[in-house]
Amino acid sequence: MNRLMNPSRTRATVVFSALMMMFAVLFSSLPATTANAADATATPAPIGQLLIKGTLKNNNEPVAGVEMHITGDAFDGKATSGEDGKWQIEVPKKGTYKVEINLETLPEGVGLRDADKSVREVDLNITSTAAVLFPLGKDMRVVQPFGEQVVIRAFAGLNLGLLLALAAIGISLIFGTTGLNNFAHGEMVTFGALLTWLLHAQLGLDLIVAAVITIALSAGFGWLQDASLWKPLRKRRLGLNQMMIVSIGFSIVLRYLMLIFFEGDTKVLSGEFSPVEIGPIDTTVTSLISMGISVVALAAVAYFLTRTRLGKAARAVSDNASLAAATGIDVERIIRIIWVVAGALTGLAGILYGLQFQANWLTGFAILLLLFASVTLGGLGTALGATVGAMIIGFVVEMSSLFMPTDLKYAASLIILIVVLLVRPQGVLGKKQRIG
Amino acid sequence: MDWLSIFNLALGELISPITAVFVMCAIGLSVHFGYTGLLNFGQAAFAAVGAYGMAISILTFKVPLLGAVAIGLVASAVFALILGIPTLRLRADYLAIVTIATSEVFRYLMTTIGFAPVTGGSNGLSQFGAEFWAMNPIPVGEYALGPFSYRHDQLFIIILAWLLVAVCAVLVWLLMRSPWGRVLKGIREDEDAVRSLGKNVFAYKIQALILGGLFASLGGMVFVLNLSNVQPQSWGTTITFMIWTVLLLGGAATVLGPIVGGMVFFVLLSLTQGIMSGLVDAGLLPFLTAPQVGQIRFLLIGLALMLLVIFRPQGIFGNKKELQFNG
Amino acid sequence: MANTENQISVGPAAPGCKKVDPILIASGVRRQFGGLTAVDVAHVEIPRGKITALIGPNGAGKTTFFNLLTGFDKPNEGSWTFDGKELAGVSSYKVARLGMIRTFQLTKALSLLTVIENMRLGAQEQPGESFLRAFIRPLWSRREAQITETADELLKRFKLDAKREDYAAALSGGQRKLLEMARALMSNPKLVMLDEPMAGVNPALTQSLLDHIKQLKTNGTSVLFVEHDMHMVRHISDWVIVMAEGKVVAEGPPADVMKDQAVIDAYLGAHANTDLGDVEIGGQKETN
Repeated sequence: MNRLMNPSRTRATVVFSALMMMFAVLFSSLPATTANAADATATPAPIGQLLIKGTLKNNNEPVAGVEMHITGDAFDGKATSGEDGKWQIEVPKKGTYKVEINLETLPEGVGLRDADKSVREVDLNITSTAAVLFPLGKDMRVVQPFGEQVVIRAFAGLNLGLLLALAAIGISLIFGTTGLNNFAHGEMVTFGALLTWLLHAQLGLDLIVAAVITIALSAGFGWLQDASLWKPLRKRRLGLNQMMIVSIGFSIVLRYLMLIFFEGDTKVLSGEFSPVEIGPIDTTVTSLISMGISVVALAAVAYFLTRTRLGKAARAVSDNASLAAATGIDVERIIRIIWVVAGALTGLAGILYGLQFQANWLTGFAILLLLFASVTLGGLGTALGATVGAMIIGFVVEMSSLFMPTDLKYAASLIILIVVLLVRPQGVLGKKQRIG
Repeated sequence: MDWLSIFNLALGELISPITAVFVMCAIGLSVHFGYTGLLNFGQAAFAAVGAYGMAISILTFKVPLLGAVAIGLVASAVFALILGIPTLRLRADYLAIVTIATSEVFRYLMTTIGFAPVTGGSNGLSQFGAEFWAMNPIPVGEYALGPFSYRHDQLFIIILAWLLVAVCAVLVWLLMRSPWGRVLKGIREDEDAVRSLGKNVFAYKIQALILGGLFASLGGMVFVLNLSNVQPQSWGTTITFMIWTVLLLGGAATVLGPIVGGMVFFVLLSLTQGIMSGLVDAGLLPFLTAPQVGQIRFLLIGLALMLLVIFRPQGIFGNKKELQFNG
Repeated sequence: MANTENQISVGPAAPGCKKVDPILIASGVRRQFGGLTAVDVAHVEIPRGKITALIGPNGAGKTTFFNLLTGFDKPNEGSWTFDGKELAGVSSYKVARLGMIRTFQLTKALSLLTVIENMRLGAQEQPGESFLRAFIRPLWSRREAQITETADELLKRFKLDAKREDYAAALSGGQRKLLEMARALMSNPKLVMLDEPMAGVNPALTQSLLDHIKQLKTNGTSVLFVEHDMHMVRHISDWVIVMAEGKVVAEGPPADVMKDQAVIDAYLGAHANTDLGDVEIGGQKETN
């Protein structure tokens, strides 16, 4: 419970404003670079003009003559992609618009990589331009046999599950050691993705260099969050539910900071798609490498937790913090390390997610509930549980589209979560709690 | 910068129907969280269920308005049962995660193309308000109210919205000084203790969840009648956390807290918007563009939520001794 | 085992022995956590109208057994009856309504309710606790007045009347224990189950707590309490049940139990040669 006369109050305030300052410093270089970038890639929108735009490319070749149909709020307009693959349309007022790509106008043999996403929604309520991307690839409109579809979906599920696992382990480790349900975790995913975009796509750094810097800064970001916000709050003995709501406020702050500095359009982290075919599966080199990296990272986490002194200490803190402290473990140090590890892993998840699916300021927030579902499904606070939960959620999300409309695939995974809680409240791998 | 119009605009928020809607949702949340200790992160969905329940009844099933309102309220109660039965026996943070998940599921269901013939999909529904506006007893015309002037239909919905706020507040006031309210407060403090005294804690939690949800559903109906349409994207989690901010601003376990909190919240929001926009127009904030001002407002909401919870969990007007948050 | 004649058990006292007039009978109650068996009680009976102490070293399963009996935890198997009614599988609040009220080891005073509201919450049959009737004051105001009267009497008896309007959070640890006990009596229970009523209470208050427990018996209420403090057990209880490693290892009148070799082995270990009554004084916990 909160004690208002706590002497650390002023210190917390100081630390907090310091945190905000650091954010300001961190982001202060951005507006200039993004402005340059805008010059380089597209005509900047004059103030007051509302634009929806995009570029169509297949295998890095622009695709011309494709018709886009934009509707919304009594508006109805069409745009056609030019020789450079670009299209844009001005809309009269703020609101939500629907952009539909006319599949008939695509060249022979070219189709959407996400066959079910021929209609996209754009929110022009808080930004003045919105980019809509339709990744193109081999025409998937040919109906495949059910068996092949299952294989394709399972592969996609594995891919998504691995990405979710990377980010969910962070949530799980933090929950395990501190009891905090961190709602600001999604923004760490966004942070990783957008930072890589900035370093690689904008500043032209080599992807690997950009990724390494991003992971390092993500780890630092994790440390910074703990040192400047969560540790002072633990010292104040703020209740866990209070901390959870603080993390919600923090996630809103971070989200809108990213919107302000990165703007609302969707960023392409890398245009490289190099398609690969494995049996019926149509994937890319990027996805395969991403999956490889995820597996290696997950194995490293497993090794860290089960084989190293530090990892064992972290698990001891998860089990019983006061007992761990009594046996001489420096609990605060463990928590700090967990935040750094969680930051790095989540940043990595952001990079891999962004490379495959693009990213914008809402990317992390959009998958936050899937992350919570993963962690809760597996049993709150166990890293292995989070991994298993993430794999289940990944498969449910992708496989569900075999049986139900794809715009309900996230809903499917959340319904699974609710059903599991009904029959097995402690999660798939969780232990029953001892009462009294 | 036109200070007068900025202040007038902000003052107008005091009695705007949108403020009343958020106040109703916050009163509902005070029943959930302030009095019973339930961490409901899906309050926006309760409002949405009421709004859609009413709109769909009118448009698809041609039910008269009052019947449609009743159906919306029943739908909200059913939603509370679906939400509560699996989770109210679990730890508080599970309820938080499941409520936020369920509210998103509801939004996906309202957006999906498959149900679009009934729900209108992402475009939502409109044209359901005719009977409501026909009920307006106020003669057509313009009415002056202090510095403001309202059309008869605006005046109608303002009066109706605040009447509903008054009804909700009086109900909460009556209930919270009754033995029923005492049991709820006991549950907030320690549900095992209350159980050991022979109270069916689960039943009380369900009742509280339903009651608070009904208030939010009423709010949702007023919201969509005022706007003349109901769209799925109006009910995202951001709205839920705005409701939380309103509640925590005023004080979670007080009858007047949500009302004062809602008024302060929207007046401040309008003031920051007005002042910052004015500064941007005057070229005094060269690093900001006009749309960014709107974005900063949301950032400030997040910041306010954090600072409130850390430094004043009992709210600006709440009793320090009866502050919230267990665990 | 030195069995003397007593008026409580049928025949000589022995683990699981039958009682002349039992109020609570448990058979085959077993609770496992993972691979660990926390409670494995073959048979035990609690006498009516007496003060029974349930003692045992840390981890003996006393509190878990308490939780099982009162419906706060579910056993893997087992059955028990209270006053002739089968209780296995009955939820905790129904157990309480039957007249078996418990308190908790870590006091559960409802901090942000006033002392008098805490007390009122303990009462049964208040129609105003139903949602619809809560709106109509005349339906519940008379019962509320009766409840308040009972509450005030109890507060006076427990010397908490001066604190009537204070938030429970403002009470000392010992006062909260008193409040919790007084609150448990609001419903006039048949059996009061106290989980370590002396833990964390300052020695000055201990005597008054003991007196209150003795007074319960005088008023005809049966008492079962969990305790570490042997000193207190000897002076106020009529019957002692000893648990170790989840099982009942001994029971009988306090004087006999304390001479029992099984108790000395299982419970007291290092202090075997000390006078049992002096092993611990004034609410300090067993540390071995």
